[in-house]
Amino acid sequence: MTESPPRPSANQLAPGDSPEARSGSEIGGYVIGLVLAGGLTSVSFWVARGTLFWPPSIPTALIVLAIAQMGVHLVFFLHVTSGPDSTNNVLALAFGVLIVFLIIAGSLWIMANLDHNMLPMDRLMEMQR
Amino acid sequence: MNVAVLPGHNADESKRIAAGYGFWIFLLSDIVMFSCFFASYAVLVHATAGGPDTRQLFDVDRVAIETACLLASSFTCGLAFVASGRRSAALFYLSMTATLALGAAFIALEVVEFVSLAARNAGPGRSAFLSAFFALVGCHGIHVTIGLLWLCTMMAQVYAKGFRGDILRRILCFTLFWHALDIVWVALFTVVYLIGVAP
Amino acid sequence: MPPVDLFWGKLTWAAIPIDSPLPIVSSVVVAVVIVSVLVWIVIRGHFPYLWREWLTSVDHKRVGVMYVVLALVMLLRGFADASMMRVQQAMALNGPGYLPPEHYDQIFSSHGTIMIFFVAMPFVIGLMNFVVPLQIGARDVAFPTLNSVSFWLTATGALLVNISLFLGEFARTGWIPYPPLSELAYSPGVGVDYYLWSLQISGVGTLLTGVNFVTTLLKGRAPGMDLMRMPMFCWTSLASSLLIVAAFPVLTATLAMLLLDRYLGFHFFTNEAGGNVMMFMNLIWAWGHPEVYILILPAFGIFSEVIATFSSKSLFGYRSMVAATLGICVLAFTVWLHHFFTMGAGANVNAVFGILSTAIAVPTGVKVFNWLFTIYGGRVRYSVPILWSIGFMVTFVLGGMTGVLLAIPPVDFLVHNSLFLIAHFHNVIIGGVVFGLFAGYTYWFPKAFGFRLHEGLGKAAFWFWTIGFYVAFMPLYVLGFLGMTRRMQQYDVPNWQPWLVVAAAGAGLIAIGTGFLVAQLYYSIRHRDALRDTSGDPWDGRTLEWSTSSPPPPYNFAVLPRVTALDAYWVEKQGQISNGTGRPTPHYVPIEVPRNSATGITCAFFASLLGFALIWHIWWLASLGAIGAFVTFVIFAWRDQVEDEIPAGELARLDGLDRAARRPAFHVGRAT
Repeated sequence: MTESPPRPSANQLAPGDSPEARSGSEIGGYVIGLVLAGGLTSVSFWVARGTLFWPPSIPTALIVLAIAQMGVHLVFFLHVTSGPDSTNNVLALAFGVLIVFLIIAGSLWIMANLDHNMLPMDRLMEMQR
Repeated sequence: MNVAVLPGHNADESKRIAAGYGFWIFLLSDIVMFSCFFASYAVLVHATAGGPDTRQLFDVDRVAIETACLLASSFTCGLAFVASGRRSAALFYLSMTATLALGAAFIALEVVEFVSLAARNAGPGRSAFLSAFFALVGCHGIHVTIGLLWLCTMMAQVYAKGFRGDILRRILCFTLFWHALDIVWVALFTVVYLIGVAP
Repeated sequence: MPPVDLFWGKLTWAAIPIDSPLPIVSSVVVAVVIVSVLVWIVIRGHFPYLWREWLTSVDHKRVGVMYVVLALVMLLRGFADASMMRVQQAMALNGPGYLPPEHYDQIFSSHGTIMIFFVAMPFVIGLMNFVVPLQIGARDVAFPTLNSVSFWLTATGALLVNISLFLGEFARTGWIPYPPLSELAYSPGVGVDYYLWSLQISGVGTLLTGVNFVTTLLKGRAPGMDLMRMPMFCWTSLASSLLIVAAFPVLTATLAMLLLDRYLGFHFFTNEAGGNVMMFMNLIWAWGHPEVYILILPAFGIFSEVIATFSSKSLFGYRSMVAATLGICVLAFTVWLHHFFTMGAGANVNAVFGILSTAIAVPTGVKVFNWLFTIYGGRVRYSVPILWSIGFMVTFVLGGMTGVLLAIPPVDFLVHNSLFLIAHFHNVIIGGVVFGLFAGYTYWFPKAFGFRLHEGLGKAAFWFWTIGFYVAFMPLYVLGFLGMTRRMQQYDVPNWQPWLVVAAAGAGLIAIGTGFLVAQLYYSIRHRDALRDTSGDPWDGRTLEWSTSSPPPPYNFAVLPRVTALDAYWVEKQGQISNGTGRPTPHYVPIEVPRNSATGITCAFFASLLGFALIWHIWWLASLGAIGAFVTFVIFAWRDQVEDEIPAGELARLDGLDRAARRPAFHVGRAT
């Protein structure tokens, strides 16, 4: 039993659905995504070898490249764009990103301060013996 | 599945939007879970307890191949999604099989890495850094493995029941899952491997 | 270490605590009760009904009721734990009391674990389940079978915790298992494992509930119900569900790390090999703080509904309420360090989190003022739900103020982990969450079952609970200032004992209050015909759930309502009163109703096997459980017939009967 494939329509898109699916031109988007992501990935690996960039800047460069790659995935593979149909999905994503940022940044800040102020565990254990 | 018909859409589309959105929310929760493992890794990366550290353990070439496999599998997964939209069974099976093969290659390479690390007395029990490493990369690997199981189940479902509405919704959810895993891998290979070996 | 048996794992006859009278006696009593109930059900032939109408139901109303039943039963166990603790502390000056430390430690751990995870959470989620789809004019939640799975996984968690009473032991670490005490080196028994697997399994259920309700509230509302026309309870349920989605993964990850340490020798939180104990506290409280907002926000929503209804006035300041709710939702994720000010992060970090923690009182204050302004100028009808609401406003504000006090790091350094802290959080949880749940329970009981709860017994329960709460917990504030630490099994400071005796008396009053609640339920069921509500709208309500019959039909609404304003049902009623018409006969179209499914209970069965087997290291049984759960999912996915259709003619007949039965009770200009 088959049904006609659902037609993404004007008001809302399920995450992952794309407006191009209507016209059947979606494969192009995936190819562009693959090429872009592949390119960015290659650049990342090359930067990490450390021969071209000033070493202290490498982690920052890598993170910027990673964010760019994630953006390529979101736009070309997941079809999460800034269009009006995608608003709900973008809002949910923004909420998730906020939480991830709070957890990671908060934890790193807190743990760094704790590490600065507190003895490491094995030293504490030594003190108790 | 039970949703009101959304304005401007028919019942089928409404179900698809709801299923996709619900799975999207679940994926965001999964990414929050990964962020906890990332945070732990960042905190523990230097807690090597006198044992080996990142520079001594990581093989960037293997990681490059793993990355290529997973990225290519994301592409073939996209093809499978397009195929399901066009109800083209042949293209669907072909691209899903390619995704399966690339994903399995990724897992195989990871297993080889884990086994070789354990053999070098660099298993998860060696230090907190290695515990965090194995947990983070392992969590991602478990997700990929579950994805491969799901992939096989989807192929079986399409074979048995064709491109029915509910099966198309599940394929949508599967592609969301698979692409999200590649996004997590981008963060993973950058933070763990590349920053780990950078001078 | 003895070699682990391949078949039995760590399980031996020594796991049964025959040398401890209390667990054995209580286990025997509980077993007798359970077996008698089961035998009665089977002999009276009720099992097919139970299976068809409840256990395999995916109807949100049935699932909601089951959640609340679970919560109420577990409340009895959690309260028994509390009573035992109060008696022990009242007795134990310069003496061991009657509970040895290894038991006392398990009791305070299970008290907290059960009350938070198996009383408060299921009660809140149960009320959300029952009410939200009705209030948004929907037929069910977005994913009904998933909803059933969520309930059954929660029940599995409760089951595992209760099994620990007679097989093995429970954790002795407190309800949050801080390492290194919870690591294998210092807790080698199965207690912490019972805790961990019980929460991991029920945590999956809770996360799925969060996903379900976010989707339902954002995608499932009736036509015309914009977000700003949604009842306040739905807004708070949305905020709570967003917090569940954001916070529960953190719990899963952190407990998983502890499990990896205990089962596979990892070193996340161990003392050696570089483990970082403090990271556990950081991560677990990043979950723990949002968790309390997950509990309180729906309670705030209940109060908004009850206060507006019983003041015969629409809620004051709806927009600011929505803004305050969303503000609390975001801020909840920015304050978690206040649970460990004393751990050593330093003054800068403490200052930032302290300021954010005091800031979160501001939107809460906005809500309290809005409730007060709703009551002011309204025609207030005294009934049990409004009594709970007024009790809440006094009690919760007091607890909130002690919370703001604790949010100031220098103060917290003095009273952290003293009874002051215990008094504060019980103040807000009992005064806020529990009072709200009791108000909601009384308010929506007639909708669920078609008859009201007895008013007099409800008032008695309220007074004994409220007075009992103050008698039990105000002394704890004093004890905190007198320097008494939490979780003490015995002590040698004579000054403390009088206060502890008073607190024990307070627990006795609460016990009487609980007795009145049980009596109220029993009496109301026995005399349900006298308490019958045939109108579907016993309180002259304002929101859509009151437009259905009591109980509503399985499909909730024969025709989905078209919403034109906030307080949708009130507007509809006023329109019909001014027009002088009854409700117009709608145009019926066929509707689909989801089929029952045994997926939930079957998944729970395999999850129980999996959890039990992992606790006792019975690896073959664990594999069986995991495979069984996976197979259950696949079988569920293979279903062809997912929904049943009710044709338009049948719908017209059913709805016509309902409308005819209710027409006499729905009359114009009712003042009650």
